[in-house]
Amino acid sequence: MTPPAGSLLSAEQLRKAYGPTAALDGAEFSIHPGEVVAVMGPSGSGKSTLLHCLAGIVTPDSGTITYNGHELSAMSDSQRSALRRSDFGFVFQFGQLVPELTCVENVALPLRLNGGSRKEAERAALTWMERLEVDDLRKKRPSEVSGGQGQRVAVARSLVTNPRVLFADEPTGALDSLNGERVMELLTDAARSTNAAVVLVTHEARVAAYSDREVVVRDGKSRDMERAV
Amino acid sequence: MNVRQWAADLMLGVRFAFTGGREGWTRAVLTAVGVGLGVALLLLTTALPSALTVRHEREAARSDITFSGEVIPKADNTLVVARVDTDFREDDVRGRALEPEGPRAPLPPGVEKFPGTGEMVVSPALKELLESDAGALLRERLPDRIVGTIGESGLIGSAELAFYQGAEGLASHIETNQGRMERIDRFGDPEPVSERSDPVLLLLILVVFVVLLMPVAIFIATAVRFGGEQRDRRLAALRLVGSDSRMTRRIAAGEALAGSVLGLVFGTLFFLAGRQLAGTAEIFRVSVFPSYLNPSPLLALLVAVAVPAAAVLVTLFALRGVVIEPLGVVRSGRQRRRRLWWRLLLPVAGLAMLYPMIGNGRDNGDFNQYLVTGGVVLLLVGVTALLPWIVEAVVSRLGSGGVAWQLAVRRLQLSSGTAARMVNGIAVAVAGAIALQMLFAGVDSDYTRSTGKDVSRAQMEVTLPEEAPLEASAQKLRDTKGVQAVYDFSEGYLGDRATDAEWGTDLTVGDCAALRQIANLPSCRDGDVFAVHGAKWDTSLDDGNLAEPGRKLYLDPAYEGSPEKPDTPWTVPQDLKSAKPRSGLLDDEFDQSGFLMTPKAMPDTFASGLQGRAYLKIDRSVADVQDHVRNTAAGIGLLTDTVTWSEMERTDRYDVVRTGLFVGAACVLALIGASLLVSQLEQLRERRKLLSALVAFGTRRRTLSLSVLWQTAIPIVLGLLLASVVGLTLGAVLLKMTGTPVGVDWAGVLSMTGIGAAVVLVVTLCSLPPLLRLMRPEGLRTE
Amino acid sequence: MSIGHTLLGLLESGPRHGYDLKRAFDEKFGHDRPLHYGQVYSTMSRLLKNGLVVVDGVETGGGPERKRYAITDDGITDVQRWLATPEKPEPYLQSTLYTKVVLALLTHRDAADVLDTQRSEHLRSMRILTDRKRKGDLADQLICDHALFHLEADLRWLELTAARLDKLREAVAR
Repeated sequence: MTPPAGSLLSAEQLRKAYGPTAALDGAEFSIHPGEVVAVMGPSGSGKSTLLHCLAGIVTPDSGTITYNGHELSAMSDSQRSALRRSDFGFVFQFGQLVPELTCVENVALPLRLNGGSRKEAERAALTWMERLEVDDLRKKRPSEVSGGQGQRVAVARSLVTNPRVLFADEPTGALDSLNGERVMELLTDAARSTNAAVVLVTHEARVAAYSDREVVVRDGKSRDMERAV
Repeated sequence: MNVRQWAADLMLGVRFAFTGGREGWTRAVLTAVGVGLGVALLLLTTALPSALTVRHEREAARSDITFSGEVIPKADNTLVVARVDTDFREDDVRGRALEPEGPRAPLPPGVEKFPGTGEMVVSPALKELLESDAGALLRERLPDRIVGTIGESGLIGSAELAFYQGAEGLASHIETNQGRMERIDRFGDPEPVSERSDPVLLLLILVVFVVLLMPVAIFIATAVRFGGEQRDRRLAALRLVGSDSRMTRRIAAGEALAGSVLGLVFGTLFFLAGRQLAGTAEIFRVSVFPSYLNPSPLLALLVAVAVPAAAVLVTLFALRGVVIEPLGVVRSGRQRRRRLWWRLLLPVAGLAMLYPMIGNGRDNGDFNQYLVTGGVVLLLVGVTALLPWIVEAVVSRLGSGGVAWQLAVRRLQLSSGTAARMVNGIAVAVAGAIALQMLFAGVDSDYTRSTGKDVSRAQMEVTLPEEAPLEASAQKLRDTKGVQAVYDFSEGYLGDRATDAEWGTDLTVGDCAALRQIANLPSCRDGDVFAVHGAKWDTSLDDGNLAEPGRKLYLDPAYEGSPEKPDTPWTVPQDLKSAKPRSGLLDDEFDQSGFLMTPKAMPDTFASGLQGRAYLKIDRSVADVQDHVRNTAAGIGLLTDTVTWSEMERTDRYDVVRTGLFVGAACVLALIGASLLVSQLEQLRERRKLLSALVAFGTRRRTLSLSVLWQTAIPIVLGLLLASVVGLTLGAVLLKMTGTPVGVDWAGVLSMTGIGAAVVLVVTLCSLPPLLRLMRPEGLRTE
Repeated sequence: MSIGHTLLGLLESGPRHGYDLKRAFDEKFGHDRPLHYGQVYSTMSRLLKNGLVVVDGVETGGGPERKRYAITDDGITDVQRWLATPEKPEPYLQSTLYTKVVLALLTHRDAADVLDTQRSEHLRSMRILTDRKRKGDLADQLICDHALFHLEADLRWLELTAARLDKLREAVAR
C-alpha cells in the first residue's frame, strides 16, 4: 500500500501490543497539510496509542509510518526526538506545563530545547501567547492560572516552533464547554493559519466538530469515515 | 474529646501505615529500617559507657603487680606473679607467670585451676591464634601445654590475647625484679586509683558521640517523612469523607507512631545482632564481650519513649504549614523570606559556649561536658538552620543557563526548603566528620612526634635477665633470622661510696665495635677503659670528678633500705682514655655518659651486678623478623624483655582512627543517601505525567537527567561548602581547646566532601533508571 | 421509524406468522405502545407486493387463517441498505437508532458499523453548525449551540450504546 497522494503523515497496518493486549491491530491513518482530523473512539480503543505512534513517541510492533516521505519507524530514538522538537507540537489534557517555570518560560521551552537563545525564545513565545490571548500571564506560574488559561498556554507552547503537525490528546478534556470551545477555536485557527496538520484525539463530538473529518478507532482498528462512505 | 476517639484515630493511622499494597509496605519498611538504624546506634551509645565501666572493673579485679614496693612474706596464701607480656606482630599479649606458694594461693579471675610448670591457660582468642597456622611463631615462644581457657571474668575483651603460665623458682628473683614481679595474697587493686580520665580523650569521646548522633537524629526525622506526599493525599481523602482537621492530624500521628515503633523493634534487632557482631570485632585494639553492651535501662527507656515521640512531633511539625482540605493539600501561603539573624545566632552561640575552654587541654584543665556538648550541638544545628537560608539566597540569584540548569534552578527556587532539608543530614555529618578528623590529626600528631627515636642503627632492644650469659645470648640473637647486627652491652652504675653514694655515673661494658656505636673513641683495644667527657645528658662524671685515675668507685652502690650485699669496688685505672659523646643508639637526645669498658678490663667481680642489654639492627623486609627475635629472647629466659622501636610510634594507630572515622562517616552518608534516593524517586513518580509530556515534545533524556543531577548537586555543593566552613571552624576551636597547634587536614576535608559528592552522584545514578522508565510514553497513558 | 424494515429484519432470523411478528415487535421495540395487528397485516401485504417477502405457508386451524412469511434475498438487501444508511441527524432519533442497532444485532450484522455511520453523519451536521457558529453573530451561535447540544446528546447516547453492545447482544439474544 502506498500513502495517499499529498498526505503529510500516514500510517499503514499499525500493530502495537502492550503485553497480551493489542492496543493497535492494523490501524491506518493519513493526514494532509492544513487538515484537522479527529481521532475518535471509546476509551481503551487505542486512539492515544495511535497518536503516540504517529508522533514517534512509541514505535509500533509492525507497520509503517511515513512523515513527509521519511519512514518514521526507521529512525533512531534521538532522530525521532529531534523531529518532535522541530516538526511536531503537542497538547495534552493536563499536567504538561512545568510547574516551576513561568508561563512564558514554559512556552519558550521547545525553542530552547532546539538550542534557541533564551531571549529570542521568550520573544517568540510572547507573540504566540498574544495570539492565544494569554500574554498577561507571562510571569505567572502554571499553578496560579486557571485550567483554560493553562491549556491556552499549552497550545501556545505547542505552536511556538511552527510545527507542521500538531498532536492534541484530549486538549479540552479538563475544561468546561465554553473554555473548551475557545481553546479549540484558537487551536484550529492558529493551525490553519500556519497550514499545520492537526491530529485531534477526542471523545467529545463538539470538539470533533472542529475537525475536517474523523477517524474512528475501535478495538485497535481504525475506520476512516470519509473514505468509507 | 474522648480517649476512645483518640485511640480509634491513632489506630486508623497505624493501619494506614501498613496498608496500601506493595508500595505501602515498602515505605513502612524503609521508614522502619531508617529509624531502626538510628535506634540501634542510639542503643549502642547508651551501652558504651557501661561497657567501658565493665572493662575498667575487670581490669582492676585482675590487677596483680601494684608497684607497692613492699614484699610480703611467703605464706600458704601467697602467689608469686611475674609479668611476662609479649607482642605478637602488632598485638599485645598479656602474660603472667604464676607460682602458688601454698594451697590457699589466690586464683586469678577467670581461672579455675593453677597451671603447673609447662602448662598454661589462655584466653579463647589466644588459643585460636596458637592453634592456627598464623600463630605458629607465637606457639614457638609459648610452647606450654594449654590446659584450659580463661573465663570471661578474667578478660577485658573478646579478642584479648592473654595467658597464665605455671612457673617455678620465681621467688628468688622478686628482689631484683621489682615492678615485674610480686608476691601477692589477692588479686585486685586494694587501693584502686580512680584514674582521672584524660580531658582530651573525654573531649574526643563527647564530640564523636555528638557528631555521630546528630545526623542520625536528622535521619530519623527524614525517615518518618518518607511518603509524605502520598500521606497528604490520603489525609485529604479522609477529610473528604468527613474527618476534621484535628482527626487527620491524629491519624498522621498514628502513622508516624506505627513507623517509629516498628523502627524501635528493628532497632532492637539490629542492636542485638550488632552486639553479637561486636563480640567478634576489634576496634582500635579494643574488643568487648556482647554482655558488656548492656544499655542502661533508664537510657534505653528514654530511647524507647523519645524516638516515637520525636517521630510524632516531627510529623506534626511538618504538617504545621499545611492545611489539609478535603480536595487536596494546601501549603499555607507564599513562604516568608527566611531571616538570617536567628540562624546565625545558633552557631555563634555554639562558639561562645566553646570559647571559654580554649587552652584548657594544654593546662590539663577540665572541659565542662555540658558546654562542650551544647557548643558542638549548637554549631552543628547551626548548619541545619543556616543551610535553608543559604540555599534560598544562592538559588534565587542563580542566573540563566541551559534548559537543564533552568529546570533545576526553578525547581529549587520553588522549594528550596525541601532541597535544603534533604541535604541537611549530609552537611551535618560532613561538618562533624571534618572537625573530628582535624581534632584526631592534630591531637595524634602531638603524640606521634614525641617518640623521636633514631632507628637508623638499631630498631630493637632486648633486656636480658641477670642470670643469662651475655655473650651466649648475644650470639643467639645474632643467629636469629633477619638480624643484621647486635650491639650488646652490660650496664651498671658506679658510685663514689659503697653505700649512700653522693656521685655516681653509668658503666657500660662492651666490645670495641659496640662501644663505638655509643661514643667517639680515639682508638680501641680490648682492655681499654674510657671516660666520656662532655655528655649532654648526665654530667656527673665531670661534676663529681669521678674520672680521676686511682679514685675508688663502687659498683651498684647500696642505699638505705636496700638489702645487704658485698661491696664491689673498682679503681679508676691510670691509663684511662678519654672519649667524646655520640648520640645514643636509639635516641638523639640521649648521650651515653660515664665509663666505657672493654670486656678484658672488667673485673670478674662485676659479673653479677650488671644488666645485659642488646641493641639489634634488623632487616624489616624479613617476614616476622620481630617475632623471630622475640622467640629467641623468650628462649633466653622468662624475664627477657623485648622492645621494638619505631620513629612514629602511633602512625599506624592514627590510620586506624582515620579509617574508622572514614567508614563511619561513609555509612552515615550512605544512610542519608538512601533517604535522599527515596524522596527523589517519590518526587519523580509524582511528575511522571509531566516527564512523559516533556519527552513527547522532544526533550532529550540527557537534558532531564542533567536537571535531576543539578537539582541534587546544587544544594549538596552548598551544603558541603557550609559543612567545610563549619567543620573547619569547629575543628580549629576544638584544637585550640586542647592546646594543639591548628592545622588543617586537607586530605580529610577532601575525602569527606568527596564522599558527600559521591553520594550525590550515586543518588543521581540510581534515580536515572527509574527516571528513564518514567520518561517512557506509557506515562501518558495513565489518565 | 420504518416498521416495514423492522418487520423485515425480524423475519431474517426465520419465517414467522404475522401474529408472531407482532409479538416479537412488541417485545423488542413496542414498549408501552403495542403495534396494531392491522398495521402488521397492511405492511406485510405491501412487502409481499414489492417482493421483499414471500408467503412460506398457510396454516388453517381452529382459528383464523394464518400466513407464514419468509424474507427474500431482495428483502435482506433492503434491510442491509436501510441499516447502512444513516438517519438524518435530527433530535429524538433514538427510537429509530435503537431499532437499527437491535436489528443489526439480531441479524448478526456489525452494530458498531451502524453507530459509526450515524456518528459520521451527525458530525457532518455538527461541522456545518460549528462553522456557522464561528462565522455568525451571537444569535447564530446560540441557535447553533442548541442544535449542537442535541446532536451531541444523540452521539453520546450512541457512544454509550456502543459501549454496551455486548450486554445488549446478550439481552437481545434472550
